[in-house]
Amino acid sequence: MNRSLRKQVGAVATWLLTFLLMVIICVPGLWVVLTAFRPNGEVLAKPPVWIPENPSLNNFAKIFGYGADQVAIPVPAYFANSLIIALTSTVIALLIGMSGGYAFARYRFRFKNGLFLGLMLSRTVPGIALSLPIFMIWSRIGLIDAKMGLIIVYVAMNVPFTIWLIDGFFRQIPKEMSEAAQVDGCTRWQAFWKIEFPLAKSGIASAGIFAFLTSWNEYALASNLTRSTDSKTLPVGLMDFTAQFTIDWAGMSAMAVIIIIPALILTFLVQKHLIAGLTFGGVKG
Amino acid sequence: MANKRPPFWQREQYTPFLLLLPAVLTLLFVVLLPLLFSLYTSFTGYRLIRPESLWQWVGLRNYKRIFADGDFWVAFGRTIIFLTIALNLEFLLGLGIALLINKITWGQRTLRTIMMFPMMFSPILVGYQFKFVFNDNIGILNNALQALGLSDGAIPWLVDKYLANFSIIFAEVWMSTSVFAILLLAGLFAMPRDPLEAAKVDGCNPWQVFRHITLPFLMPFVFIAMTIRSLDVARAYDIVDVMTGGGPAGRTELLWTMIARVGYDNARMGQANAMAYVSILLSIAFTYYFFTKLLAARKYMGGAE
Repeated sequence: MNRSLRKQVGAVATWLLTFLLMVIICVPGLWVVLTAFRPNGEVLAKPPVWIPENPSLNNFAKIFGYGADQVAIPVPAYFANSLIIALTSTVIALLIGMSGGYAFARYRFRFKNGLFLGLMLSRTVPGIALSLPIFMIWSRIGLIDAKMGLIIVYVAMNVPFTIWLIDGFFRQIPKEMSEAAQVDGCTRWQAFWKIEFPLAKSGIASAGIFAFLTSWNEYALASNLTRSTDSKTLPVGLMDFTAQFTIDWAGMSAMAVIIIIPALILTFLVQKHLIAGLTFGGVKG
Repeated sequence: MANKRPPFWQREQYTPFLLLLPAVLTLLFVVLLPLLFSLYTSFTGYRLIRPESLWQWVGLRNYKRIFADGDFWVAFGRTIIFLTIALNLEFLLGLGIALLINKITWGQRTLRTIMMFPMMFSPILVGYQFKFVFNDNIGILNNALQALGLSDGAIPWLVDKYLANFSIIFAEVWMSTSVFAILLLAGLFAMPRDPLEAAKVDGCNPWQVFRHITLPFLMPFVFIAMTIRSLDVARAYDIVDVMTGGGPAGRTELLWTMIARVGYDNARMGQANAMAYVSILLSIAFTYYFFTKLLAARKYMGGAE
């Protein structure tokens, strides 16, 4: 009797804690999403309006340049820049990461641990600290406010982590499989593309998604290396709203939703592989 | 005779280096080279508005100046305290959440997915979101407190010295706890059942089981999480930049926002680079510490190499 009562109390406590946790995780984001669908007047209303009374897509239309009162923030250009920069840097980082990850997973060589540590340490340099010298060098070679300038930086930012993940995925594939293919007459190159690559494909895709998100979300470097619609990305553009004296909360929230939607979709796709990759690469190293 | 040995790029022992060459070259060009340049600049009186000052060697003057500067030490100390509080909270909360979700059987998948949301939020969005939540006039927190009758005035969450730092730590913990939770949960899933059963049979209470079996098994996962976190602790710059910009009156200034202010706003590149080097050494020491812990834990687990 006493035992079952204690069990029930435990179960209720578990559910209460879980509920509280989900509220803390979800409410701030939901509030931003709700705000994206209400007029700015409602944001400022006292007493507060909890559920939007007339939800509309006006804020989205406005920041994309439709509607009566245009906001002078070129969101479509920022969106295109973000997409181009994130995609290009992801593809390049994946190519470099595959080649490096394969080397770590399949070969024994001198300085292996040292090289790995060196790659990881290069990733620890705080973005803002790295931005100072890159700003000075880029401005001398004309890469300031150029998409290429950011792409190069993001490739370097993503390579170490991509190598870590892809290394882990290649290790999960037994060496014997490609060795068998080589015995049967494949070259190592063919064995890689016919055996190992197809097996590691989903893992590599999730490493790619992770790299994409890192570039998509980056702010510290982008805010200092970009100037205009030529290269400004969405996170930098978000700050345009606060440059004015009055903050356009509704417009800013709409833009926040635009930034977060691709990230959320990709999170759903990536979650399983990402966890597997991180833990496997780390523990079994 | 001439073709007796294959050219060096086809020899097996060079293959791994060849495969790593693109990665190494990229990092040399984009990280190491700039860092060397920045090291040089930290010994000059370089200001952005006077390009010729790049060649003006001043020795250790920048370092002497920042080490004699009270504001620098305040920001430095605040950064250390910020990291200590945030990381310990993230670890404890992450552990708690992992244990909690591990207990739940119904809807576990959904909970795990929701838990990953904050990880994918851009730090700039997390900052904006909490600037909005903590806004004294229209923020949801003050609105809710007033609606519930818990407070009648507008609490200045982002202005008061203590509250502003609390708000920033809250945002940081909100964003990064899931890294710990997810990895520790993965560790719990990977845990063998036998030692747990054996301990229960031998009469251990739940706390003893947790302390002597679960926790030691989870430690490598804790170090992976710490290593991953140490790669991006400086993302807190984005959060602070949006939420308070280091203000009001430097009350929430961290090392990273100070670097940006001195370097870009005041255009004193030499001095900013000297500060940047302090922050880089801090990050590297941090990562190195957890990476060696990770290697030690790995050996203990009996992993390869």
